[in-house]
Amino acid sequence: MDRIGSSVSKNRYSIFSLARNAVSYHQNWSEAWRSPDPAPAYDVVVVGGGGHGLATAYYLAAEHDVGRIAVLEKGWIGGGNTGRNTTIVRSNYLWDESAHLYEKSLQLWEGLSQELNFNVMFSQRGVMNLGHTLQDMRDIYRRSNANRLNGIDSEILTPAEIKAKVPAMNVSGEARYPVLGASFQPRGGVARHDAVAWGFARAADSRGVDIIQNCEVTGIRRESGAVSGVETTRGFIGAGKVAVVVAGHASVLADMAELRFPVESHPLQALVSEPLKPVLDTVIMSNAVHGYVSQSDKGELVIGAGVDAYTGYGQRGSFSIIEGNVAAIVELFPIFSRVRMLRQWGGIVDVCPDACPIISKTPVQGLYFNCGWGTGGFKATPGSGWVFAHTVARDEAHPLNAAFELERFTTGALIDEHGAAGVAH
Amino acid sequence: MNMAQPESRTSAHLREAQMLRIECPWCGERDQEEFQYGGEAHIVRPESPDTLTDEQWADYLFNRANTKGIHAEQWCHAAGCRRWFNVLRDTVSYAILTVYRPGEQPPGNIE
Repeated sequence: MDRIGSSVSKNRYSIFSLARNAVSYHQNWSEAWRSPDPAPAYDVVVVGGGGHGLATAYYLAAEHDVGRIAVLEKGWIGGGNTGRNTTIVRSNYLWDESAHLYEKSLQLWEGLSQELNFNVMFSQRGVMNLGHTLQDMRDIYRRSNANRLNGIDSEILTPAEIKAKVPAMNVSGEARYPVLGASFQPRGGVARHDAVAWGFARAADSRGVDIIQNCEVTGIRRESGAVSGVETTRGFIGAGKVAVVVAGHASVLADMAELRFPVESHPLQALVSEPLKPVLDTVIMSNAVHGYVSQSDKGELVIGAGVDAYTGYGQRGSFSIIEGNVAAIVELFPIFSRVRMLRQWGGIVDVCPDACPIISKTPVQGLYFNCGWGTGGFKATPGSGWVFAHTVARDEAHPLNAAFELERFTTGALIDEHGAAGVAH
Repeated sequence: MNMAQPESRTSAHLREAQMLRIECPWCGERDQEEFQYGGEAHIVRPESPDTLTDEQWADYLFNRANTKGIHAEQWCHAAGCRRWFNVLRDTVSYAILTVYRPGEQPPGNIE
């Protein structure tokens, strides 16, 4: 392992490495991660090189002793939902199980740039969840109180307090869906999505993880009820354990092991505007009118929509969803009505019946799944990887994800965050 | 109109993002907005739920094929005749291959 130790120090980003590379006109920066050919076999193969998969590999390498690890990615790392989401990070979930899981993730976010030696641009600018009806407000009070009991920061804002924080918002009471108040989590915010994938990839690579891109898994080989490796477009790769983290394609991978999963894949859309001067310095979410918006450091308004009702794998959704979404945003922010949109896209999210993830062992020995994050997986990236690494390494769930096993659909112990949380993701 | 011009990126994008047009077996082709999605088709309620194991009950309630490819699914013409019917749809291209009435089986020759 000494090869790996030396590469960490050589490639460490710091003011000194910046100065050293400035001398050579920045021509000699080394690659952030290697592109090795796959070895014949690994102790653990992580399928899926998105944020969650790379985080899983990183925490496996950094905190567990599992031997050789590879991440297999069918396209390029971070090219799926990691690169397609609206980058919101928060932990204000209603139920204890999810609150603890997302809060663990938020705590990891708070030290992530230092831990990875890579600036993930985590910006704790606060997240505001708006209420537009009396029932919205009751749910907001309930959730906010539950959050505080779980040690999670949460405040209730009046329309006047909202107006003071977000002058551009229409809180006049004249709106079709008037803003009656909001919950506010000051420690929430946004992060740079690509940097999260790159940071985890670089940190995992420096600890010896092989990141193999353009390598699609086409089969999961099993021998007498235990996993023995994966068939890929680059040949068979043996594996003691296989950890699948593929978001929208979870059912497709499950099918390779003859498993049926309680997830359905839906298109989820987002769009960004042309860059504007600073106008919005927090994150606004509204479940009732269904839209969420923040402003990126480049000045673009980053806007998230809802899912299409139908299932789909096409990475695009219906125009009517965008139309309703943009109408909601303009209702909240009349001054955005003439802003031009630059790009619009879709990702495929796998949704569980209870809107909570599955982080679990499976009936196949040595095969693990981390899926079902639905519309809100980005915020969980570090926490998801952290508990999944524990689950894979120890062959048992960490207390934080014990409630999120596949079992719950048989026992009936669902964690109903759908209606109860009352928040868009 | 001069059709020789190459399609602009914007119009190509809009064409890709266009709405579904769904043919209701009773009312004919209408815009997607008139319909409500009803999930996977042909899931049969167990005849004697009392005798099911927890695993079988969970499989009926929660597990879904979530097919990547040709998917048999239910739609309701909610803002029209309000009747349910079945659709075979490609979940990658979103193209609708055929529609058929409740109680009917999907035509076998669709690939």
